Order: sequence, then C-alpha cells, then structure tokens
Amino acid sequence: MTLASPTDFQPQGEPPASSPGGLQPDGWLRYLSFSLDHKVIGLQYLVCGFFFYFLGGALAGVIRTELASPISDFVSRETYNEVLTLHGTVMIFLWIVPVVNGAFGNYLIPFYVGARDMAFPRLNAVAFWLIPPAGLLLITSYFVQGGAAQSGWTAYPPLSITTPALGQVLWILSVLLLGGSSIFGGINFIATILKLRRPGLKMMQLPMYCWAMLGTSILVVLSTPVLAGTLILLSFDIIAHTGFFNPALGGNVVVYQHLFWFYSHPAVYIMVLPAFGLVSEILPIHARKPLFGYTTMVYSIMGIVVLGLVVWAHHMFTSGTPPWMRLFFTIATSFIAVPTGIKFFNWLATLWGGKIALNSAMLFACAFIVNFVFGGITGVALAQVPFDIHVHDTYFVVAHFHYIVYGGTVFVIFSSVYHWYPKFTGRMLNEHLGRFHFLLTFIGFNLCFAPQHWLGLNGMPRRVAEYDPSFATWNQVSSVGALLMAISSLPFLINILVSAYRGEIAGDNPWRALTPEWLTTSPPPVENWIGEAPLVTHPYGYGSAQDQIDLGAATGRDLWGGPGL
Amino acid sequence: MIVLAAVAIPTALVTLLIGMALVLTGLWVGENVSLLPQDASSNAPVYDSLFQVLFSIGTILFVGIVGLLVFSLIRFRRRPGESLDGAAIEGNLPLEILWTAIPAVVVLFVGIYSYDIYERMGGMASLNHHDLGPQSELAHRHGGHGDAMVMASISASDSGGDTTPAGPSSDPGSRPRVWGGIGVPDQAVEAEAVSVDLTAMQFAFIFHYPDTNIISGELHVPAGRTVELHMEARDVIHAFWVPQFRLKQDVIPGQPTVLSFTATRPGSYPIVCAELCGPYHGGMRSTVVVHEPDAYEAWLRQNTPTASPTVANSGTTPTA
Repeated sequence: MTLASPTDFQPQGEPPASSPGGLQPDGWLRYLSFSLDHKVIGLQYLVCGFFFYFLGGALAGVIRTELASPISDFVSRETYNEVLTLHGTVMIFLWIVPVVNGAFGNYLIPFYVGARDMAFPRLNAVAFWLIPPAGLLLITSYFVQGGAAQSGWTAYPPLSITTPALGQVLWILSVLLLGGSSIFGGINFIATILKLRRPGLKMMQLPMYCWAMLGTSILVVLSTPVLAGTLILLSFDIIAHTGFFNPALGGNVVVYQHLFWFYSHPAVYIMVLPAFGLVSEILPIHARKPLFGYTTMVYSIMGIVVLGLVVWAHHMFTSGTPPWMRLFFTIATSFIAVPTGIKFFNWLATLWGGKIALNSAMLFACAFIVNFVFGGITGVALAQVPFDIHVHDTYFVVAHFHYIVYGGTVFVIFSSVYHWYPKFTGRMLNEHLGRFHFLLTFIGFNLCFAPQHWLGLNGMPRRVAEYDPSFATWNQVSSVGALLMAISSLPFLINILVSAYRGEIAGDNPWRALTPEWLTTSPPPVENWIGEAPLVTHPYGYGSAQDQIDLGAATGRDLWGGPGL
Repeated sequence: MIVLAAVAIPTALVTLLIGMALVLTGLWVGENVSLLPQDASSNAPVYDSLFQVLFSIGTILFVGIVGLLVFSLIRFRRRPGESLDGAAIEGNLPLEILWTAIPAVVVLFVGIYSYDIYERMGGMASLNHHDLGPQSELAHRHGGHGDAMVMASISASDSGGDTTPAGPSSDPGSRPRVWGGIGVPDQAVEAEAVSVDLTAMQFAFIFHYPDTNIISGELHVPAGRTVELHMEARDVIHAFWVPQFRLKQDVIPGQPTVLSFTATRPGSYPIVCAELCGPYHGGMRSTVVVHEPDAYEAWLRQNTPTASPTVANSGTTPTA
C-alpha cells in the first residue's frame, strides 16, 4: 500500500470517517454505528465483551449459589443444566474469544504494523456486528419453549439430541454466527499482518502481539470451520432425524467428540495465545527492559500453533479411544509444555534486573504468570492417561481450565485494560482502586478454584447440581471465593466509569513506551497518525547502559563508589 | 547481587543451595501431603505413585517459578524517583537452550513414566485384546463375550419394554466390536474373573450377574479377584467412576465396553456418573460393595433368584 497523510485523502473523494457530513456519526454514537474505524470496532468488541462477562458471571453466581449446599435447592435441575451450558458458551464465545482477539487485536494490530486500518474494514465491522445478535439469540433461547440448551458447552450427542430441541438449535445457530465472526476476524488479522505492514517494517521487527495474533488467526481459520460443519451435522440430527451422531440410527458419538475437540482444543490456544502476546507487550514497558529472547518467543508461538492442532483427543481418554491414540496424544500434549515453558522463562528473564513498576497492569500480568504456571502444571498432569482417567470430567478439570482461562486470560484482559485505558480515553485509571481490584480478584479467584482440585480428586464430578455432603465445606469456600470475585468487579467498574470523566489526564505516552500506538495522541485520531506512520524497528528497545547512574535515585555511594558495583 | 556480595557468599553457591532446598521440599510434599481418597483397587497404589511423582515435580516447578517471580518483583521494583531503565539485555542463547532442554527432559521423563504406569494398569493390553483382528483367538473370545453380554442386556431390557437396538448388535451378521477400557486383565487370571454386566441408563446403573442372574442396583464384588465389567449404555453417554479405584470409563451407546479391575480393600465406595447425562446427572450414583471372598459367596447365595430354564442358558453361554 502507498502511504498517504490525511490531507491527501480529501481531494480523492474519500473523507475521513469523522468529517462533518460523512456517513459515519460523530462522538459516542460512533460506538453504536457500523463504524469502519478499527479503534471504534475494537472498543465495541471490548465493551460488548464486558457486558457478556458480567452476564456469564451472573450465571456463575447461580452455579456457585446452587453448589453452596449439597442438595439441589436453588434452581431446578433442568435450569441448572441450562445455566451451566450458557455460562460456558457465553464466557468462551462471547467474552474471551471476542475480547482477546477482536477487541485488542483490532485496536492494536493496525498500529503495530503501521497501517491506518485493518485490511478489510467492512468485513471487520460485519465480524463485530454478528456478535450482538448471536448473543441475543443465545439469551432468548432461555425463554423459548423447553428452555435453553442443557447439554453443556460441549453439546455431546446423544444428550444434545434428546434434550429440548429448540433451545439446542438456537444454541447451534448462535455458535455458528460467533464462529463466522471469528473466522472473518482471523482472515482480517492474517491479511493485515502479512500485507499491510508499513514499508521497511520486517516481520521479525513486529511487536510480539502481532505474532501471537498471526498464530491465533491461523488456528481460527483452520479449526473453526470444522466446528461449524460438526454443528451443522448435529442440527441435522436434531431437526431432520438424520443419524450422523445418533447411535440408535447407526451413528457414532465418538466421531462427534473428535470433530468437536478438533476445534475446541485449539480454541484454548485461541484464548491464551493472544493473552501471551498482550503480556509480552505489557511486561517490557513496566519493567523497563527489552523483551527477553524475541526470536525464541516467536518460534515458541509457532510451536504451540502446530502442537495445538494435534492434541485434541486428550479430552477423550475415557471415551474408548484406542491405546496408540492415547499414547500419541499424551506425548503431544505434554510437549506443548516445552514452548509454553520457554515463554514463561523469557518473561521471568524480562523482569529480572528490570526497574519494575508495581502498578495494576504489572500486578495482573504477574498474577497471570502465577495462575497460568499452576494451570500448566495441572495440565501436564492431566495429559498423562492414567492420571486423567481418575480426574477426567471432575472438578479437578474445572479448576484446571479456570486457572488457564480465568487465571490466565482474564487476568491478562484486566492487565491490558489498566495498561491501554490511557490510550483509549486519554485519562489514567485510579491506581489505588486498581490495586484493590487486583487484590480482591486474586484472593477471590484462588479461593474459588484452588479447593476444586481437591474436590475433583476426591470424587466430585463436574456439571452436577447435587453432591455428596462430605464435599460441602470446600464447596462453600469456593462459593465465598466466587462472591469475592463478584465484589471485585465493583471497584473495577467504578474506576472505569469515573476515570473516563475525572481521571488524571494521561498525555500521549504515560508509560514512556516505544510501541507505535503510544507514538500518537491519546485517544488517537481517525487513521491513527497525523502525518506519516512511524517506523518502529525496535519495539522493545528499552534499557540503559549499565554504567549510567540515575541521578533521581542515586546515593552518594553510587556516585563516588565507582563502577565496581 | 549487591546484597549477596556484601555477605561474601558466591551467587552460584546460594543458587545451588536454594535449588537443593527446593527439590527436597518438592519431594517432601509429594511424600507427605495426601490429596487422594483411600485406595481400594490394585490400580490405585500404582496410580498414587504416579500422582506422587507429578505432585513433587509440580511443587518444585511452581514454588521455584513463583519464588523467582516474587523475588524479582521485590528486588527489582522501581524505587521512587528512579527514571532509568533496566539493563538492555535482549536475550541469551545458552539460557534459551537450557530452559528448552530441561522442560523437554522433564516432560519426556514424565511421559515415559506415566506410560509405564499405564501399561502396569493394563491400558496398553487392550490393543491386542479388543481390536479387530479375526485371526487373534483372544479377540475372538472377547467378541463372543461381548455378544453374550449384548444379548443378555437386550433380554433384560426386553422385559422393560425397551426395544432400542444396541448399535453394533443391530447388525446380526457381524460380531460386535468390544471397546476396551483400561485395566483389561491378563490372560492367566481371566479364567476366574467375576463377570458382571452393567447397563447405564438415565439415571441409574443396573448390574446383572450372568452366572446367577442376580439383578442389582449396587455392585457387589469380592476382594482380590478380577472383575470384568461388561458395560453398555441405553440412552446417552454415562461414565462409570469409582474414585477409590482410580478408574473411570465412559459408557457410550453403541459401544459395548469391557472394564476390569481388582478390588483390594473391603468396604463400600461410591459409584459416580461422571458424564453429563441429563437433569438428574448429579443424582446418578450407586455403591460398590467390596466383600471378603466368603461374604461375597454368601451374598451371591442369598440373592440368587430361583432358577428358571432361561437363566440356566444365559448362565452357561458367557463362559469362554
């Protein structure tokens, strides 16, 4: 593409979106419009995602309230199954995937490649606007005859064929729409990263989040269509009584599981790889050090992408899979720990010897490391067939994947909000409220999910509305943790809303960062830069020479003690 | 490293000592912290030794990494007034190789070890036992077994008025394939195995003893003898899980599955359905009662229904 400054656009008959008289509305109405501006779309994804996060959180509240006592006494058993199905679906497809991909991807990627927008702005807007109707469809399915889907987010047949059909079909439609949105987004990211880079910017000079999004988008484009096809076949089984997955008609339910997990395991990487990318952006800035091991970080992302495609059957170790398959998937799954481990050691090395600012963004990012390492260790254990056979489909697994997706990705989302809020709005968030939010979330999260490991090991299966009374105590602890998590969102919401009007003015670059999104105004103008896009070839070029002495913090001994220190 | 330099202990030595303490802590935790329920099958102690190894390695890694992180956050925090950056270090190839190699070795070790455990639990055996291969006499025998089991459960369900054909057996020409769960027994002990049919349905486990024609809602087994559970699901996927046996197997409609285990410790243990199977999934529980051999025989005698011709028939067929 050719470079053009905003003034060049005027005579060519394509007015910038914000110009008076254009088709795009100005001001806050932009955010409710079919805007083509990647920053507007990014924030649309973010706010929409948070709406569904609080919805999914309320559903989690229902689950934890029900499980506060061993008997089924809060909601009916059918409703409970509807709630757990909706909770899983909302949190995965309407919160985490759209936010770590759609929201931050759209906002940041064009900056990082030095472009003025995404490669296909209209496709981008379509991808976002598929989400609200899909979410609405999913929510309304609760009110139709028979209620919402009751077969869990995995929708395993024959259960999904025998539960009330309308809710299940609406669930399938909703997931298909969201999958479509995800594919559109993925294509757009691949095209933007590969084709819209500013001339002179090489692939190996891109910020790490671009690589993470490239890897993620490859996974999205390769695996989401498989899920779509599978769900269409499932809907045929439900509506037209075909027999693809119906054993009574000669179908095979294990085939469904293979096809489902062929998407849904990569989906885990679709949820965590972007988070890895975001952390790689946040840590160097607040630790004032270059990202350690850039090249190996890139290779490890690609390693995760390749391995992530061949581990799906570890979700099926108890489904009568043949032994050779169990062995293969055990080894492939265990080996994902290697590239993942590389990333964590590199982050630790990035922090080592830095000048670490212990602000909310950094605290959330470091808590991500703690939680994810824990979830990763239980993950390697789960990859071992004999271990998995005992704890498969128990609360141990529930705890494990919440450590990955909540303790991992959601912590990174909060970290990212604290980090980029000044860029989004031009104002700073309140640090004290932020650290309070962090403390509540970290304690609440661990209180909620750590006891669940024990519950699973000792005999509590997942997706139950009632359980053995001997598990009551730890379930109540877990519910208290969930309550703390719910409370923790209050300081966050207050902070976000109040700071938008009263927050300290941030300036263009409050973190003294080097990545391109900070080299423009806060919030950035339409088309991102007044004038030419900056060429950033060293996005992590932090660090001072070792013999420099900080006059602001130096003591006399530092000044006169010589270089021997 | 200023602090360490001040007390004049070499950094390498401190690191070594911390590492050793870490490893010892991990081993101690693995040895002494028990998170698992009582063990009651021959599988369970094997499983528990794997758990112990994983727990030790996990503790070492977790405590080590979190320790490093917390140390960095405190030691390298930005003091008020500081405006300089950290050192401009962009990478270190030997370090990268080190922390690629160490996890790779650990993961390889864990993988090989768990494979060994899995083999000891009988997991790999089912490949030869239950996969196709008409030339294999064993497979043939098992096929026969499965056939009898499917017939038995069909006749059991006939009385209930349910005529849903079980997947493979609906095709009369072919011998049904039997899927092996883990824990398929050795050929030697197989002869004296207690054979029990399990039918899982919404929302109950029904056990049928083909030799005596006992039908029970609870599973009664003798301690010290292999039990072969021939499992079939009527409607949706269920899973048979006994936490104290460390065993779980999905029961999938259309896939007759054999799971075998040897209970070791007399007592009553819960049987839990572990696969979402509908609204009352949480209530789909039963009990496995492990008897001393004498008590088991007594239970059999007490509960055997008065014989009828059909019973005698089905009693003889499954014996290979």
